[in-house]
This record gives sequence, C-alpha cells and structure tokens, in this order.
Amino acid sequence: MKTPEGRTGLDPAVGLWLAVGAAGYALLPWYAIEDGFFAFGWLFQGYPFAAEAAPALFLNTAGAKPWLWPLLGFLLLPLAAWGAARNSMRFSVVLLAAGGGGFAYLLAQGFAIGIGGWEYQSLEALLGPMADRQFGMGYGALMLAAAFLFLFTTGLAARGAINGDPFVVGAIGLVVAIVAIFIFWPITRILVQAIQENDGTYSLVVFWDKFTDSKIWGLACLSGGGSCGVAWNSLALAILVGLLTTLLGLAFALVVTRSAFRHGRFLKALTVLPIITPPFVIGLAIILLFGLSGTVTQIVAELTGTPATRWVYGLPGVLIAQLLALTPIAFLVLIGVVEGVSPSMEEAAQTLRADRWQTFRTVSLPLMRPGLANAFLLGFIESMADFGNPLVLGGNFDVLSTEIFFAIVGAQYDQGRAAVLALVLLGFTLGAFWAQRFWLGRKSYATVTGKGDSGIPSRLPARLAIPVYGVVIFWTLFTLTIYVMIVFGSFVELWGVDHTLTFKHYLTAFSVGWTEHGLHLSGSAWDSFLTTLEVAAVAAPLTAAVGLITAYLLVRQHFWGKNAFEFGTMLSFAIPGTVIGVSYILAFNVPPLELTGTGVILVLSFIFRNMPVGVRAGVAAMSQLDRSLDESSLTLGAGAWSTFRLVVLPLMRPAILAALVYSFVRAMTAISAVIFLVSAEYDTATSYIIGRVENNDYGLAIAYSTVLIVVMLLAVGAFQLAVGERRIGRRQGESGPAAAPARAGGKP
Amino acid sequence: MSEIGTQAASIRFAGVSKVYPGGVTAVDDISLHIEAGTLVTLLGPSGCGKTTTLRLIAGLEMASTGHIAIGDEDVTLVPATERDVSMVFQSYALFPHMTVAENVGYGLRFSGHPKADIPGRVAAGLDLVGLADYTARLPSELSGGQQQRVAVARALVLEPRVLLFDEPLSNLDAKLRRRVREEIREIQGKLGLTVVYVTHDQEEALAVSDRIIVMNQAVIAQDGTPRQLYEAPESAFVADFIGEANVLDCEVVAVEGARARVQIGPLTLDLPARGRAAGPARLAVRPDRVGLGSGEGVPGRVRRATYVGRHMEVTLESEIGEIFVLLADADAAPGVGDEVAISFPDGGPVLLPG
Repeated sequence: MKTPEGRTGLDPAVGLWLAVGAAGYALLPWYAIEDGFFAFGWLFQGYPFAAEAAPALFLNTAGAKPWLWPLLGFLLLPLAAWGAARNSMRFSVVLLAAGGGGFAYLLAQGFAIGIGGWEYQSLEALLGPMADRQFGMGYGALMLAAAFLFLFTTGLAARGAINGDPFVVGAIGLVVAIVAIFIFWPITRILVQAIQENDGTYSLVVFWDKFTDSKIWGLACLSGGGSCGVAWNSLALAILVGLLTTLLGLAFALVVTRSAFRHGRFLKALTVLPIITPPFVIGLAIILLFGLSGTVTQIVAELTGTPATRWVYGLPGVLIAQLLALTPIAFLVLIGVVEGVSPSMEEAAQTLRADRWQTFRTVSLPLMRPGLANAFLLGFIESMADFGNPLVLGGNFDVLSTEIFFAIVGAQYDQGRAAVLALVLLGFTLGAFWAQRFWLGRKSYATVTGKGDSGIPSRLPARLAIPVYGVVIFWTLFTLTIYVMIVFGSFVELWGVDHTLTFKHYLTAFSVGWTEHGLHLSGSAWDSFLTTLEVAAVAAPLTAAVGLITAYLLVRQHFWGKNAFEFGTMLSFAIPGTVIGVSYILAFNVPPLELTGTGVILVLSFIFRNMPVGVRAGVAAMSQLDRSLDESSLTLGAGAWSTFRLVVLPLMRPAILAALVYSFVRAMTAISAVIFLVSAEYDTATSYIIGRVENNDYGLAIAYSTVLIVVMLLAVGAFQLAVGERRIGRRQGESGPAAAPARAGGKP
Repeated sequence: MSEIGTQAASIRFAGVSKVYPGGVTAVDDISLHIEAGTLVTLLGPSGCGKTTTLRLIAGLEMASTGHIAIGDEDVTLVPATERDVSMVFQSYALFPHMTVAENVGYGLRFSGHPKADIPGRVAAGLDLVGLADYTARLPSELSGGQQQRVAVARALVLEPRVLLFDEPLSNLDAKLRRRVREEIREIQGKLGLTVVYVTHDQEEALAVSDRIIVMNQAVIAQDGTPRQLYEAPESAFVADFIGEANVLDCEVVAVEGARARVQIGPLTLDLPARGRAAGPARLAVRPDRVGLGSGEGVPGRVRRATYVGRHMEVTLESEIGEIFVLLADADAAPGVGDEVAISFPDGGPVLLPG
C-alpha cells in the first residue's frame, strides 16, 4: 500500500538535476580543454582560476564573460518550486520555465558569441562590438545543458505527458536533443554551406553554379567524348551493385533453403566476412588478382600473348569489389525473407495445379518482394557511401564519395562544393529510401502467421536450379580466393615482382622492442591501431545504450510525434558516411561545439553512424518480449525506470551484447566518415591503411588488414561463444514440465 | 509468517470513454460502480471493450474523457505505478529471469515494505496459493496452472485495493479451469477482495461472479447478477450471449399493471410486462425451457435431431420461426419429420424490453 504523501522541501529529481547543474556552473571548467576531452592536466594547471580551465562562476566573479550570468538565474529558478507538490501547477511551470529558458539561453549565447566576438553582424550593429570572445563548450557547459534539459522534461512529466513518467519523458528529451545536435544540425550546416560563398555571403546563384557543374551531371561518356559526371557514375554503379547483389544474395538464399544442399551453416558463416572486413580490403585483393601485375592478369597475358592492361581500374574493378563485399549482406537480408515464405502457400499453389516454376514465379517471388526491396536498398546505399573501393580501384572513374573527399582535402579546398556534392549524394540515398517505402506501399506481405505450419519448402524448379547452383559455386570459390589472396599477399616480399615469403610487413607494422623503459611498441601501425581500439571501445557501449533506449521508446511508449521521432533516429541509416564526415567538419569546427581534431568527434560519428543498427537490434529483441511483462511490472508498483532496469534490460542481454560487438566491429572497420575526421593525433587503422595504399605500400596495407580481420574474428567469435552458451543454458531451463507461456504473445 | 490482508476499495466510472489515436472508440461513455469486496465480471465478445475497461482501471490506458475513482480517490490521471491496483495477466507475465520468490517479492520492493519483511510476505502469499515449496524454481520450471497461481500470489501480496484478472483461465486446459476458478473465488471470498474479472466465456462468468457486466460494441449491454442476466435478459444480444436463446417475434395484446398478455402464433401467454406497451415485441426463450408435446401449442415439424450424449438437440420449423430445443430425455425425443406441438411453460419465455 502506498499513498502519495504531500512533499515538503524539494522534489528529489529536481534536487539531483540542480546539483548537476550547479556543479557544471561552479565546479567544472566551462570551456573545452585544449588537450582533449579525456585529458585531466588542467586540474594541476591553475584550476580554478586560470581562464582556460575556470568554471563559469569563477569567470563571472572575475568579471569575464558576463553573458554567462543569466544562466545562474535560470539555475536558481527551480528553487521557487520548493515545497510544491509534484502535480501542482507551480511545480511544472517553474521547471518548464527554468529548464526551457536556461537551455535556450545557453544555446543562444553559444551561437551568438564565437571566437571572434559576435557571430552575426546584425547583433554587433545592435549591441556594439564585443571585446571578449569565447571558445567551444566544455564539461561545465555540457553538465549545465543536461541539467536544464532534464529539469524541462521533469516539468513536462509533471504536466502529465506520457502518463507523467519522468524517466520516459527524460529519455525522449535526451534522444531528441542528441539527434537534433548530432544529426540534424550537421545536415543543416551542409545545406547552409551549399549556398554560401567563400567570403561568407549567401547566394543561390553560387549554389546553382556548383550544382549544375558538368563534372557532376555531364553526359559526355554517352557521346564518346570523355567521362560522365560523378553523379551519373555513382548512380549507375549503385543501381548495378543493388541489382546484382540482390540477385546473388537471392541465389544463395534459395540454395540454402530450397535445395538438398546440406551446408547452409557454412554459407551463413561466410556472411560474417563483410562485417569484419574493412570495405577497401576487397579492393586490395582485386588488385592482387587483376591489377597490372596481378596473378590472373599475368597468366592471361602469358597465355594469349597480349600485353597486360589496367582494365580493372574503373567501373569493373569497383563493381566487382563492391559485389564481393555486399553480397553477403544481401544474403543475410534475403535468407530471413525466403525462410519466411510459408511453405503452405507454395503447397496450396501446387494443389491448385501450378507447377514448381509457376509456383515460384507467381507465389514465392512476389512474397519475397519486401526482402528484395530491402536488399536492393542496402546495396544501393552502401555502394553510394563506399569510399575505400572507389579510392583504391576507381582510376578515372570518379564517384560522389571520392569527389567529396577531394573537394575537402585536395588542392581545391572548396567546402561549398563538398556540401553540394554531399547534398546530391544525400538526395540519391533518401530518394531510394522513399522509393522503397512507396513501392512496398500498403500491401501486406506478412506470411508468418504464428499458426503452426507443417509444410515442407518445395525444391527449386529445374530450370532455376542449374544456373543458381552454378552462380553460387562460382561466387563462393571466388570469395574464398579473395580472402586467401589477402592472407597470402601479406606474406610476400613485393606482389607481382618478388614472391619470396617474408614477415617483413608484419614486423614493420607491429614490431615490439624492449628498451630500458620497458616495452616499446616500435611498429609503425601501433599508434593508429591502439587509437582505433580505444575509440571503438568507447563508442560501442554508448552506441548500444543510445540504440536500446531509442528502441525502448519506439516499441513500448506512445507519444505525440513518434513517427517523426522514428524517422529522425533512422535517418542516419540513409545518410552515407561521407556526408556525415563532411557535415561534422562543417558543424563542429567552430564554437559552441568545437570538436574537430579530437577523439570525441570520432566517437560521436561512430555513435550516430551505427545508431540505426543498435535501434533495429533493440526493436527486434524488444518486440519479442511480451508487453504484459512491462505492464505487470508497472501494476506491481515499479516505475518505468525500475521496469526498464529490472525487467527489460536483463531479458535483452543477448541483444545488448550483439549491439556492443557489432558497433565495436563497425567502428573498427569504418572509413567513409572517419577519413574526414582523423587528425595526426587521432589516426585510425583504416585511414592509416588507406594512406599506405596511396603510397603503393600494398604489403603493409594488406598485413595490417589481415591483423584487423583476425582481431575482429576473435571479437565476433568470443561473442558467439558467450551468447551460444547462454542459449544452451536456457534450453535446459525450459525442459521443465511445461512450455513457457510467459513468453507467449498476449492480447494487445 | 505475516498475514495477507486486504484494503478492498470500490471502483466508480463516470462517463468514461477511450478513443484511440486513429478514431477507434474502444469504450464509449461508460458509467459503472463496483462495490468493495465483490467479484464483478466484464463479459462480452472479443473487441467489445472489456479488456480496455480493465486496463483503464489498472491505469495502463488513460481515459480520453470521464472520471475514474478507486475508493474515495479520483485516479483518472494517476499512472498504473501509483494506483495500488494489481493485475493478473492472460499470459501471467511472470518475469522469466527471476525465481518464483523473486517474482512474488517484486512488487514489495517498490511499496515501502521493510526489506526484512519481504521473505515472510512472499512465503505467506505462496502459502495462500499452495506453492510454498516452489520458491527457488524458475517460471519455466512450473506447469501452466502453477504459473497462474504464482501470478495470483504476486498480485495478492501487495494487498491491492483492486485485483484485476484478464482472462486468467484461457491458457489452461478444460479440467484445470474449473479448479482454478474455484480457487480464485475462494481466495476472493476469504480475503474480501474487490476483483474485476474479464472473460469471454459466459459459463465461467456465471460460475464465479457476484455481478456480471455484459459489454457489447464499447457500451454496457446489461449489468446484473448472474441470475438476472440469465433469467431476465434485457436485450436479444444478452439473451443470446448468456446461454443460448431463441429470440421470437410476438405481439403484446394488452398490458395490465406489471403483466402483459402476449400473442405468439395461436398461443396467448401471460408474462411480466417489463416496461413494454402494446404492439409488436420480441421474447426470448431458453432451449431447455421449451415444451414439446401433442396437445395445445404451435404446430411445428422436426427438421434436425442430434444425439449429443447428455441430451438431444432438436431444431424445429414452425410459423413463429425456427426454434432450437434441448431435450433432457433422449429416449423420448421425436424423430426427423415428426409433427409436434410447441408450448412455453411458465418461467420459460421473457419479454425483451429493448
């Protein structure tokens, strides 16, 4: 029995956030520390009085940055709710005003006053020139912002939003805030940059000039005079890759489910390859096979007596590399769909006088439509976003992602052009995203009914079986060859010239020496390797946390604007990494969030690049948890937070592990966004390897890649082991006298 | 060992509606009052709004309009966590990663009970449902009936003001159902709990309830004791849903006080008027309260006769429509094609007011 007693004093949640805010204002350095987010040297360098590391309170009382004074007012305002009951009007209004006003003022002053004083000329004209200036926000500002945000959401909850649960409202507020700051704000910056001239004025004409550039949209290749625009190149490549990976993936899925083939597990194991392989490594292997001094090229040249050519550089090479890299992903998508087509439907068609081929064509294939569309979309977007393979193999075949890169880092240094190209790229991927939704439309393709299905999947019709088998066997062998080449290539002196076996490349990269100071990592790759491990290890739990919280909100809570919320969180799935990279440079190069060149920006880009994966994993796992489990916890008196912690999280352990490992591995292999964000201090493995490739140092690049693949195989293997054991334990647990209806779906 | 007591409270709905986003009205302007310490059943076909009504009491759904009170407290805006209402779910919703004892003690952790009291209360709760020896088991190691009882114990130990059951028997086999429903009724009576019970099974509802609220299409069709509902249904829907009924057209010839003279075919019956005036009307008659004989009555012909063990099911054709009859004496039943006289003994037919 519990009765909501009238409270005296301050609500505990409000007290907590006030304490956090006060610490942010009065204790922690207000501005970002130059040495980096995780450096703590400032503690011993004149804190709290040195201006670089002073908290806002010390700055203010010393007369500096007077515009931070009002924040103290907003921070003290919630004290006006002293003694107010949680459901009283005073409580909620005070909190809404304090949190909302404080947050808004914090943002406004951050954007209005930058490194050079006033950011906007109109403000300068209005308020006079600014003598002072400010830098990027640091710990203090961050904590105060968080405090304001949660004071605001507590106020909203007190008004009765979402059943009045502060945890749920706070979680929604948090996700909305970080998605706005780290996805929408950067994308907006791209839009702004695209219409900005280099001197800072805005002009649509400039945008139009850059947008209609013949290097983007030219069609010269059709008339035979030169090369086509990068947009057409990208589009053609992406459509080809999307179609072919879908067909190949379908062939594999059919062989596993609809034939006498007994080694489906082996093929499924192969699907782990693209996850653990940095995307451009395939490109390297293609060069080893088909490049000018590649094995196949040499053999063919000798047999036919024709001189070796560089045919593989360009569309063919990139296409082959992307097909190899992305086919397993398509297979992964399609196997679920093909298995999901109810055998009873096929049997029904056969009893209705359709032969096997007609059944396949008129029933099975149409039912696979959503899977086919998904596989195509994945191939299309991944191909558009792929940066490594076009860079390694593209030759004169320029695509959007590489062109964006060269616009930013090349001699042109034209951010506006990069922004325009990024917009074109974003247009294509979002277009594909919407087209897919439109195409699938309102038809229902649900074939898994939950009712028992005793049918047996029908065999493939003969006229399909033979070509499908041929393709699958060829492609499997090809994929295996590629991986053998990668390992083999890392052990030879100089590919195509000197095939003596050697450990040279591994020693250059990863040698370890003993000095008088102890262990010394003398190999050239250690720096980037350890940075990558560290950044990935920091990003993985954060990605999983953000993904799972978002999934919880999407599956279990209903609130106004949920569709927009879902779209926002899934948006970064359709944004190619290259675009994320460019947008982060544009958005986080200047105060209030000054992050370029730090490790934090790498972590952030990983979190928001991989967030959709975490969300999807969480949604899938949570959909399998009967909603009545949450509800019974609620009716037993546990709040949303206790329910989440005690019921939802423990039951989702496998999903959490999967999200952790997956985001870790993805962070290790990422390249397209990272290449823009690395700095001398924070270099990653992939960008280091790309650098080696550009210097034609293939041996080292491949050796390093091999090490990465092995490390990630170990990570994934350890994960499989952990989850596998759990599953066995559970089966034993269930062998009791009854099935477990607790897990059965309840009434909605 | 501590005792499980009760804090039973009444429930009051005043003009409560629930409209889902998208415009579906699940509950439409319902007012009801459930007295403390009674077992009331919400009965109706699927989609009638009974589960939504239950969830409105629990606070798992919030009313779109109207007011809900538990005891003297208006709880319209109070979330589930703070309503002091416990619910036993159709799927039991036992937490699969916790033992029986942890499940039963779960709610106690949030209700301000001293930590030291929890094991004692858990034991008392499990004792009440006869599962005292199962504390260390996982839910997956229990049978369906045992899981059900754990769910009941978990709800009971909180001494809720109201205990809710959402189709608690639907996952049990037929023999177990009778036993479990008797146990629920026994515990309810012993502790004097206020229980609201949702089911779509009319036999179950008749067996366990002090009062039944029949719902149809988001509104209350009738509210009364099991006997009132069975013997004096107020609409054709209730008549047919509670037990089976033949609903027949008839003519009220005259009304004298509380009695009405009713003409049906060649027969004239003297029935309680139940508020009807002279004119066309309908009456309901249970299949086991139709008389078949050779004397006076409506002439009918047997179209189908089916032997089902305990009795005969007979379908008759007549001028007043098709009539379905249950005959207890299978040996005396007429055969297909036989001509019989249909009569309505006293206490059989009732006029439908609606």
